[in-house]
Amino acid sequence: MIDEKFDAIVIGAGMAGNAAAYTMASRGLKVLQLERGEYPGSKNVQGGILYADMLEKIIPEFRNEAPLERRLIEQRFWFMTDKAHTGMHYRNEDFNEEKPNRYTIIRSQFDRWFARQAQEKGAILLCETTAIELIQDAYGKVVGVRTDRSGGPIHADVVVLAEGVNGLLGARSDLRPRPTAQQVALAVKEMHFLPPEVIEARFNLKSDEGAVIEAAGTISNGMTGMGFIYTNKESISVGIGCLVSDFAENETSPSELLEAFKKHPSVAPLIAGSEVKEYAAHLIPEGGYKAIPQLFGNGWVICGDAGQLNNAIHREGSNLAMTSGRIAGEAIFQVKSRREPMNADNLALYKKMLDESFVLKDLKKYKDMPELLHTQAQNLFLTYPQLVSKAMENFVRVDGKPKIEKEKDTVTRFRKARGTFGLIGDAFRLARAWR
Amino acid sequence: MSLEGQFQKVEEKLFQNRYMVDSGQPHIRITPHDKPSKNLLAMTHLCPAGCYSVAESGQVELTADGCLECGTCRVLCEESGDITWNYPRGGYGILFKFG
Repeated sequence: MIDEKFDAIVIGAGMAGNAAAYTMASRGLKVLQLERGEYPGSKNVQGGILYADMLEKIIPEFRNEAPLERRLIEQRFWFMTDKAHTGMHYRNEDFNEEKPNRYTIIRSQFDRWFARQAQEKGAILLCETTAIELIQDAYGKVVGVRTDRSGGPIHADVVVLAEGVNGLLGARSDLRPRPTAQQVALAVKEMHFLPPEVIEARFNLKSDEGAVIEAAGTISNGMTGMGFIYTNKESISVGIGCLVSDFAENETSPSELLEAFKKHPSVAPLIAGSEVKEYAAHLIPEGGYKAIPQLFGNGWVICGDAGQLNNAIHREGSNLAMTSGRIAGEAIFQVKSRREPMNADNLALYKKMLDESFVLKDLKKYKDMPELLHTQAQNLFLTYPQLVSKAMENFVRVDGKPKIEKEKDTVTRFRKARGTFGLIGDAFRLARAWR
Repeated sequence: MSLEGQFQKVEEKLFQNRYMVDSGQPHIRITPHDKPSKNLLAMTHLCPAGCYSVAESGQVELTADGCLECGTCRVLCEESGDITWNYPRGGYGILFKFG
């Protein structure tokens, strides 16, 4: 099928793959990109928020033509109980800046655009092509891939594995382990369509402004998880995700968890009357720094979700994917420019550059958070939200009871639920994992 | 807490999606078994597309047509040999309109 040899083969046309393909193609490398979907984005799912800074470093003028939904001017965090939510809202007019910092996007549209930019720089994109096997030479160096299309293997100096969280190639060749149930969350999401003016009225927005809500609490049934509501131009993304290990232990149905979230009295009015046009599910890497596999070797590098490069605390993934793809592309270009082989010694440059970037610095900062969230799920997602909610109710409900008694009630509830030492311990554990 | 029976069924949700089904070539297969493992049985609750069900005989069955290709069953059941997991052929399977 394809006789020529490429400088690089990129597996996948998501955030990491497109960034890598664009970076290498625009520097003159001969790049082949393989995508198993009908079009880039057709297998990809994200909430989704685009972080402008990381895309600007790849395509500075992206705002002129990229398919963006709404610029985000408001962030809401909700601590939820069955009937209430205690919220922290942050809204700032400065987010209406000339070059906004965050946007909502719809991945199937965005990925098609991003892949087209790489093609315009000379990358060759083959869709509907599943890479099924890495080819290694006698010394174990990756020298190409086999696909499910007719014809023989395709050869390249280096293969960029941007195959996503559920990528098979790396695991099949023992380059990286399959993620464990503790290292991934399963998220389900629906696209709720409404007229733009209805969305703007319900979320207190002007045209093209957007808001996001991220919610934790009893909605996850005591599992480590989170719900989210993102405003797009004429749709609202509503979803919820929990650790796969928690789902397995609790034998909970994710689709029913989503239904319950949608019916929550704080959520239902926001999506009332909407038309649902899609139901999606996807895994999210949650293992953090300690779950990152070896990211480079002889003839290969791993980028994005495939390398567990996801910051679960800040809910950032696409920007880490994009940045790791860009850095991999730059490192490969440097090695190529020096006319040196794409072996592990030389490709270690990718890891070195990644170590120096925000990607691994951020993940390192939170290296102990995943464990804390997993072991303290009942406290963090059931006990505390209920305590906070009751404290708020004591504060705002006026019923003739003296305030001193109400305060006592709040303090007693906290002490009873966690004990004085328990409370101190929780605060200490959180602070230690956070810093 | 069981939420069963109160909400829209998964099958109804899947109707809104776009699929290119590769007839007769399921990309996930269950290994024949007498008694399902704990994880395989859990998939009857966990699979977000409701692809797994328990037959009258007690074995777990799979209809992969509505699969969303999330990989949850791969994470839980591939290593133990309960299932084999492949991608659908290029171009087939779920095709997200929005993603």
